[in-house]
Amino acid sequence: MIQSNRIVSTTCPFCGVGCNLELHIKENFIYRVTTPFDGVVNKGNLCVKGRFGYDFIYNPKRITTPMIRKELQEPGKRKQAFDLSEWRQVSWDEALDYTADRLVAIYQRDGYHAMAVYCCAKATNEDNYLLQKMFRSLFRTNNVDHCTRLCHAASVVALQMAVGSSAMSNTAAEVVDNDVFIVTGTNTTENHPIIALQMKAAVKKHGAKMIVVDPRRIELVDYAALWLAEKPGTDVALFSAMAHVILKEKLYNQKFIDERTENFEEFAKSMEKFTPEYAESISGVDRNLIIQAARMYAAAKNAAIYWALGIPEHINGTANALSLINLALLTGHIGRHGTGLNPLRGQNNVQGASDSGAMPWHYPGYMSVTEEENAKKWEQAWNIEPGGLNRQRGLTTTEIMGAIGANGVRALYVMGENPMMSEPNLNHTRHQMEQLEFLVAQDLFLNETTSFADVFLPATSWAEKDGTFTNTDRRVQRVRQAIPPLGQSRPDWQIICDLAKRIEKRLGRPRSAYWDYEHPSEILTEMGSVVKEYAGVKYPRIEKIGLQTPVWDDQHPGTPFLFSESFPRGRGKFHPLVYNPSAEMPDEDYPLILTTGRVLEHWHGGTLTRHSWMDDLYPEALIEINPRDAAHLGVNDRDAVRVSSRRGTIVLRAKVTPKANPGVVFIPFFYGEAAANLLTNDAVDPQAKIPEYKVSAVRVSLARPEELPNPEATQVRGRY
Amino acid sequence: MADKITLTIDNQPVTVAPGTTILKAAEQIGVKIPTICYHDYCTANGLCRICVVEVEGSRTLVPACIGKVSEGMKVQTHTERVETSRRTILEMLASSVDLSEAPDIQEYIVEYHADTARFPEAEERQPSVIDDNPMFIRDYAKCILCWRCVQVCADDAQYTYAINFTGRGYETQIGTFFNKSLPETTCVFCGQCVGVCPTGALKPKREWLLQNGFSQNEIMELTRSQRKQHTRREVPVANKVEQE
Repeated sequence: MIQSNRIVSTTCPFCGVGCNLELHIKENFIYRVTTPFDGVVNKGNLCVKGRFGYDFIYNPKRITTPMIRKELQEPGKRKQAFDLSEWRQVSWDEALDYTADRLVAIYQRDGYHAMAVYCCAKATNEDNYLLQKMFRSLFRTNNVDHCTRLCHAASVVALQMAVGSSAMSNTAAEVVDNDVFIVTGTNTTENHPIIALQMKAAVKKHGAKMIVVDPRRIELVDYAALWLAEKPGTDVALFSAMAHVILKEKLYNQKFIDERTENFEEFAKSMEKFTPEYAESISGVDRNLIIQAARMYAAAKNAAIYWALGIPEHINGTANALSLINLALLTGHIGRHGTGLNPLRGQNNVQGASDSGAMPWHYPGYMSVTEEENAKKWEQAWNIEPGGLNRQRGLTTTEIMGAIGANGVRALYVMGENPMMSEPNLNHTRHQMEQLEFLVAQDLFLNETTSFADVFLPATSWAEKDGTFTNTDRRVQRVRQAIPPLGQSRPDWQIICDLAKRIEKRLGRPRSAYWDYEHPSEILTEMGSVVKEYAGVKYPRIEKIGLQTPVWDDQHPGTPFLFSESFPRGRGKFHPLVYNPSAEMPDEDYPLILTTGRVLEHWHGGTLTRHSWMDDLYPEALIEINPRDAAHLGVNDRDAVRVSSRRGTIVLRAKVTPKANPGVVFIPFFYGEAAANLLTNDAVDPQAKIPEYKVSAVRVSLARPEELPNPEATQVRGRY
Repeated sequence: MADKITLTIDNQPVTVAPGTTILKAAEQIGVKIPTICYHDYCTANGLCRICVVEVEGSRTLVPACIGKVSEGMKVQTHTERVETSRRTILEMLASSVDLSEAPDIQEYIVEYHADTARFPEAEERQPSVIDDNPMFIRDYAKCILCWRCVQVCADDAQYTYAINFTGRGYETQIGTFFNKSLPETTCVFCGQCVGVCPTGALKPKREWLLQNGFSQNEIMELTRSQRKQHTRREVPVANKVEQE
């Protein structure tokens, strides 16, 4: 029996649930992970990622020495270098001086618009706050974004428009107190496994009714009272039809509408055309199911809506999210315990990275960059001369990628993200990456993106640094250093501070924006001095249990649910809606709809989980296809198939399963060797700039087994 | 129904809500009753019977983890009869199961003066380790059949139903349906079962390798195929007998 040297309490680095972990350590090797049964978030339960998936830390392929590319990369001729022989191992001094020299040279030659940075929803609040501070205060640019753009951007925009806030309104664990809840665009079982357990318990033990609205027959359908199997991209029609029924049958909450909302008349008028019959013709969902769902949701004492990326990742993502918000405003299922509008955030710290200002239109705390007053506050906080900060909205993730080129973005800094896997239409992304003049990678591994870089700054994993993550229900929780940094790797916040000082010196700025932090707690305190929602979040207060923002001062107990008295924008605003079809609809050449997403065992760009033993459990890309479609195409389970869209082609193995609805196929997007995002469409929502990952038209045909990228890597799997 | 119930435990009065178990009532006044299969966050089943107590007027001993309190009940937690019963349970467990990684049970063995060699004729259960996946191993030689793993896999937590009891009597073991390897079952490798296992029968694979003398580097340098080579399929005890 192994006796541990120590057990360190920390927060899981994978999804937005934010489970509490206890790392059991022997001679700096984490050999077991447990979780306290009285833990406030996950109550003793974990998923495969939290309990077993941390081993990427020790993967022999991890880069723990700073490196510079041997061959100078020129714009237009930039190449990936996966082989270590193409890199020169250097000292931290050399790597950081080189990085500062190149960045400053480009900034001084081309100005702020040539600079851009991808922050990271896996890194801590402190890391993200500092990286956006570095680019805003030193390079005077707002070209700061992160992968929230590719996930919940449209939910954020819609919530800002309608209520003035952009987080889950309620605590996830409140689901057991819902009487009725709608689950839409979220395969919660695989992507927020612990919340799914609570949803199942709500149904099995607390008598709640679950309404699943999803174009896949996800596992939660087994627990649902109703399943509305819509066609991808038809959410506005379906949810507006529910609103139509609620209006027509007068099931709405007049008191709530009168006291808490505005723009009802205009909205109600726009709902007239959304009859259940009309919605059925668009969504393919039986009108009676829509009527039943509307009645069930409206009649409930406490009802809530949970959604994930199936709602925002459309060209009409903002409208999709607004169609959900309209329902909550109409029925008053918001502002109380057990209700709410709950976008389930994907990454461990996507809420925190957004809160920390890793966004092009906002300083930390969602303070708009275009408002003079906000800029002045941050100029004061960062010792910047009046008028020094940029007042123009910066470029979003997708816009940064599109703007790379001669008169656009020349230098890109990527902390932890993997756009060469996560952007849509990857052939275009590759072309753009090749045009960069300078690319800085701060990461753990050489992946599809970092292999393009000029300089590799080896960061530590979450287990080797201190900080905080803010989970999906706004709970700021401690991340604790459990083991010393491997090799020469350094915590992200230290790398950024060290680099920022070198840049500041080269720029000859008279006053320092301040980079001499001894500990991340000082960074969070600095952020809280301006961001009022974080004013009361101090490390000593979150040693045992995290606080849920907003935390207005040092005595404030935190906020389990929002909007009890009013909305941040005052009244909740109804939005009239029209239905617009997806950018690319199936046709004769590309007859199937491809929708993409995640699986339980893998994480996003794959940088971490494909370097974990979890890869053994799900080692290859699989396309889920309905038995009817498979029969039509002559495809059997486990056959190799070729999938093509107008943008690319991949070969992968078929999984014939009723989990896919007829006409809709599903591919997870983690696999560089069969990257789903070679196929996806880069059309974006005009307001939120989020790409339409969830709908593209594809063609599937049989391929030869030897065409599979790695036929040996396969695993027979029993689970649904 | 009264909203409070008063009883005595070891002659001390205690007042609790109706529906409270004897175990929880005893906890309230600091009386310690030993438990093995019981877990605060699992449904109690009274399987191991180490928590039995004597209740006045009851013919048999009552398991405290599921026995509910009643008005005027008189409970004795450490009578000779109770202690004999507990000691015998511990002696029987020790005779057939590897308890080397069950520190709580070992403490009880000392506390109750259990004679671990009392049943020299007993046949130890020695199924070999099942190493059929990269996440955790199953060493049922250490299993005391407490049922916790089955319950958290089912309605106590995960609603996955990948494992259950197989076999009968002495051959009883925890297993999968049709004895499939875990990746071929509904298992999602959440490891809730590992989290509640009290005896080290379920263990993260890397911890197991470390225990078997592999260094950290040797563990992390195993390739995918090497990790698979370590895989052995277990022949269940019952089938083994038939084959012989």
